[in-house]
Formats: sequence, structure tokens, C-alpha cells
Amino acid sequence: MTAVSTPPRSTLRPVDVLRVGASGPLARRMRTLLSALGISIGIAAMVGVLGLSESSRSALLDEIASLGTNLLTVEAGGGFGAGDSELPDSATGTIGRIATVNEVSGVWDVDADVYRNEFIPEGETGSVRVVAADESLLATLNGTMADGRYLDEATSAYPNAVVGSVAAERLGIRNLDQPTYVQIDDQLVEVIGLLDEFPLAADLDRAVIIGTNAAQEFFDAGDAPAVVYARVVDGAIDETRDVIPANTDPANPEEVTVSRPSDALEAQAAADDALTTLFLGLGAVALLVGGVGIANVMVIAVIERRGEIGLRRALGATQAHIRRQFLTEAVLLSVLGGVAGVAIGAAATVIYATSQGWRVILPTEAVIGGFAAAVLIGAIAGLYPAMRAARLAPTEALRG
Amino acid sequence: MTAALELQQVVKEFPGEPPVRALDDVSVRIDHGELVAVIGPSGSGKSTLLNVMGTLDRPTHGVVRVDGVDTARQSDNEVAGVRSRKIGFVFQQFFLLEGMTAVDNVANGLLYQGVSLAERRDRSREALSRVGLGHRLGHTPNQMSGGERQRVAVARALVHRPAFVLADEPTGNLDSKSTGAVIDLIRELNAEGTTIVVITHDQAIANSLPRQVSVLDGRIQSDSALAVASPAGSQLQAGQP
Repeated sequence: MTAVSTPPRSTLRPVDVLRVGASGPLARRMRTLLSALGISIGIAAMVGVLGLSESSRSALLDEIASLGTNLLTVEAGGGFGAGDSELPDSATGTIGRIATVNEVSGVWDVDADVYRNEFIPEGETGSVRVVAADESLLATLNGTMADGRYLDEATSAYPNAVVGSVAAERLGIRNLDQPTYVQIDDQLVEVIGLLDEFPLAADLDRAVIIGTNAAQEFFDAGDAPAVVYARVVDGAIDETRDVIPANTDPANPEEVTVSRPSDALEAQAAADDALTTLFLGLGAVALLVGGVGIANVMVIAVIERRGEIGLRRALGATQAHIRRQFLTEAVLLSVLGGVAGVAIGAAATVIYATSQGWRVILPTEAVIGGFAAAVLIGAIAGLYPAMRAARLAPTEALRG
Repeated sequence: MTAALELQQVVKEFPGEPPVRALDDVSVRIDHGELVAVIGPSGSGKSTLLNVMGTLDRPTHGVVRVDGVDTARQSDNEVAGVRSRKIGFVFQQFFLLEGMTAVDNVANGLLYQGVSLAERRDRSREALSRVGLGHRLGHTPNQMSGGERQRVAVARALVHRPAFVLADEPTGNLDSKSTGAVIDLIRELNAEGTTIVVITHDQAIANSLPRQVSVLDGRIQSDSALAVASPAGSQLQAGQP
């Protein structure tokens, strides 16, 4: 007898593990695509939601920052029986004298109706109000002009008007290329400026603004301001807010309401968070369903491919080799879905954010997290089918 | 001289009430260079014998030596190593992987030895030209006839130069013309030195091969090698044509 040596054990090179794992999905492409679809929808939803919410939040925060969070709005009302309360006539002056207030502007209601021209029937005002405002209003609100210029010392004494963005639309004024007039009561008033939106004072968007002197002279304007806008020193906002009511109306401080319009925008940014969480949850459900789909497909694959498993065992594959093959296959399926999902989610973010004029922000955590989730789900989904495939006895597998 | 395959007093029982004894004290020795037919009707235990010979199943008792290595005491992983290097399988159902070319199907015969893809393919082309399919390298199984597919399977069983090839009803799914071609191929390969065991229920095929081992009810009923060489039962001498 010659000396006998045990042959070396079976080995499957790592690159061959990948090749063998890919051979199944490559041979059944339609099924591969369909089984990866669930995962890709889940990942796309999560990446898209995170990308869009980050992009929109950053747009909103940019807007808040540009508008400034140091604007306070002072109005009458708030106390019991304060229905017809008014701010004192001197409110603008007293608020302006508070040390921490940088700029102040008042807006007065004018009891007049505005029409595009004399032929519009009475009452068809389109809910456009007439207000009188200080010349400092534009600066106080950080507002910008769409066309023309704002009221100044000269123009505010005469029948000249500046029209808010919504009001301009309702009155049918697109630009001021030609001299444009509107009818306020019986008076023809020249439009000298069109305003952009005031995100911090949306009421003014629906108003036609005239100068305070002109209002007193030509129309019926009250002496008490309806709203006072105050730009406050950054960092002193809360204290200022606390002292304004007593300063404005020492007799009835409870009838003075002070609000901070940027709070509403910040609340909106926070509200988006809740919606994002909801959509993320939906994405996670889709991901889970996708994982179950892959597990299902893999279980079927193991049953269908008993012959292949038996053959591979006959060719020298160990149980571990078979397990690795099917695990790799499941992970490849879900990675395929993950890559597609990240691409779709990113594309959706870029397209939508660009259409909204937002800065495109793709959170790295979302992209990496989505991809990692796909790998993990594939591994978990493939575990049971892979164990089943590995445990199949070669003789039983070859009987199929 | 080490035998290519040696079974000594192999017993295989399947659990049941009472246990089913599929192989009962089977001893057979197949030397390098032999071409042996294992014949028996269905239910005779020849499939179990094939599984035990191919180390796909373990005997309940007894010794199975593949090229001198006793596989009965080896772990699953070690036995897998023996299969990957020492045994080539040819199945009735071919078991070719669809969607994979003939070259890659044959190259799979070397996959679990850790051979690089380039070398696997080189040796696969060589094996395919040995079985006369040098012109069908890039074809997939569904582009080939049954006879061609079985030749691809034969090439896969040869590509790693095993100690012996186990062919289980290799012509079971073939028409008479392809059957003749595959049997001729098996003879040619044997003439070139490959040890081949053909399991069949077809007496005509068995008779056309140099040595017949006949199985019935889990026992070896007759072995032409023993009948010629030594009726007394010595298993040392194997018949050579």
C-alpha cells in the first residue's frame, strides 16, 4: 500500500462567493428586478423624505434668517371685552422710545374702498383694504419692492399709493411701465410702487398703502394705529416683548397683544418634522415588506433549485459554501434595491428641490443609512432560506 | 496499489420500524483504469450504493475508501474536499445550470478547489474538447441537444481529473442514437485511462462494458471480475480487459 494523504478541504475563493451568489439573480433577471423593487421603494421613500424635508427646512430657515426673527407685532385686543379696543394714538412714539427698539412703524386703518377704476360697482373691492403707513414701514419689515418705489416724505403727503402683492394681483396691476391709478373712494390715486410679499406681515399683502399725511388730508383715517411693527435689538426680544404692553397703554396693558411673526414660520418648520416622521415610518414599513418579499423569493429559490444545491454538494461544496451562496444572493438582491432606491430618492429630491428653488440637501446619514438598512435587511431575509439550503442533504437534493 | 474506490462490508440502514436495510454487507473494489457497470432493477439498492460510493451518503457500518482515504471517519467538510478532488459525477438529469455557457458549467467542476476563474476556464475548454464539444464552448444548455448536454456533464466530471467518475443512468434521458454516442465516449475516456463506474438498469449497456457488478436486494449478486479471477471470493484481483 502506498502512503495515503487526505485531500485538501474544499475552498471557495471570496471572489467566487460573489460570482456564485450573483449567478442566480443574473439567470432570473425579471424575478430579480421584481424582488428588489420592494426594498427600492422603501429606501427611495426614506431618502426622498429625508432629502426633501432637509432641503425645505433649510429653505425655510434661510427665509426666516433673511426676514429676521427680531420683529414684534403690537396690536390691540386680548383682554376681556377688548373687542373694540384700540391702541393709544401715541403707541408708535412710546414703543419707539423703548431703548431696545431699533425701528418702529405704524399702520392705520383707512375707512375707504379701493377700486381699479370708476367703473367698478360699489362693494366689489376684492377684500383689498386701504391702510396708511409710516415711511419707515418697508425698512422695518425688511420688505422689498417688485416695481417702483416706496412712499417717502414727498410722496406720502399726496394721493400716492403702494400696492401689496396680493392686492396688485386682485386689482390686475402687473407692472408700472405706464402711469397707473386706482380709485380710492372718489379720489384718483397714483400707484408709485408694487411690493413683494411680506412673509412676516401677510395682512399687508392684501392692502393698498397710502401715506399717513395723505390719509389724514384726503380720507377718513383714525388717529390710533391698528398695528405697530417694532424691530428689536437681537437678544433683547423677550424683555422688550414683556415691557411693550405697559409702555404702550399703562392703563390697560392687558389689551395690548404682542406677537412675534417669525414664531409661526418656525412652528411650520417644526410641523414639517412631524410629517417627515410619518413618511419615514411609511418608508420603514415598505422596507420591511420588501425584506419579507426577498425572504419569500429566497425560500422559493431554495425549493426550486434543489437540483443545483445537490449538484454543488456533489462538486464538493460544503454546507457553509451553500449557505454563503444564498446569503450573498439575498444581500445582492437587497443591495440592488438599495442602490436603486437611493438613486430614485436622490433624484426625486434634486428634481423637487430644484423646482421649488431650494438648495438641494441630501443628508449623508440618509444615503448611508438607507444603503446599510438594505444590506442588513437582505442579510436577515436571506438567513433562514440560506440555512435551509445548507441543511438539505445532498442525496435528497439530487432526487429532485 | 491503492484502489480508486473500495467498499468493505458496507451496511446502510434507513430508520424505520423495522429499519430498512438498503445495503447489506457490500464489498467491492474498483481499481484505477477500470470501467465497471453496476446493474440492478429499481429498488435493488443501486441508488443507495451510488450515493455511498460518491460519499453523498454515509454507510451505517463499513469502510468506504476513495483513493485510499477512509471517508467514513471524516467530517462533512473533509468529505466535501474528497468529492471536490477525487470524484466526478454524471447524472441522468444532467444538472447543468441554465443560463450558463458550457465552458462555465464545466468550469464549476473546479469551483470548490479554489482554482482561479482563468485557470478553471482553460481546463474547462480542454475537457470540452476531450468530449468533442470544442465547437460548442459558448452555448448554453438550452441551445444544445440532450446528447450534447450529457457530454458537457461528462466534461464537468472529468475536468478536475478525479480518481473515478460515477455515472448514474447517464443515458436514461437520451434517445438511442445519443445513448450510443455517450457510451462510446465513456469507452474512449476509459481507454485514455479514466476510471468510470456506470450505474444502469439496462442489461445491454452493462453487457457492453468490461466488468459487471449486479446488485439485488441490497447485496452484490454477482461480480464478473470475481467470477473470472477467483470464484472463492478473493477481492484483491480485479478484472482488466
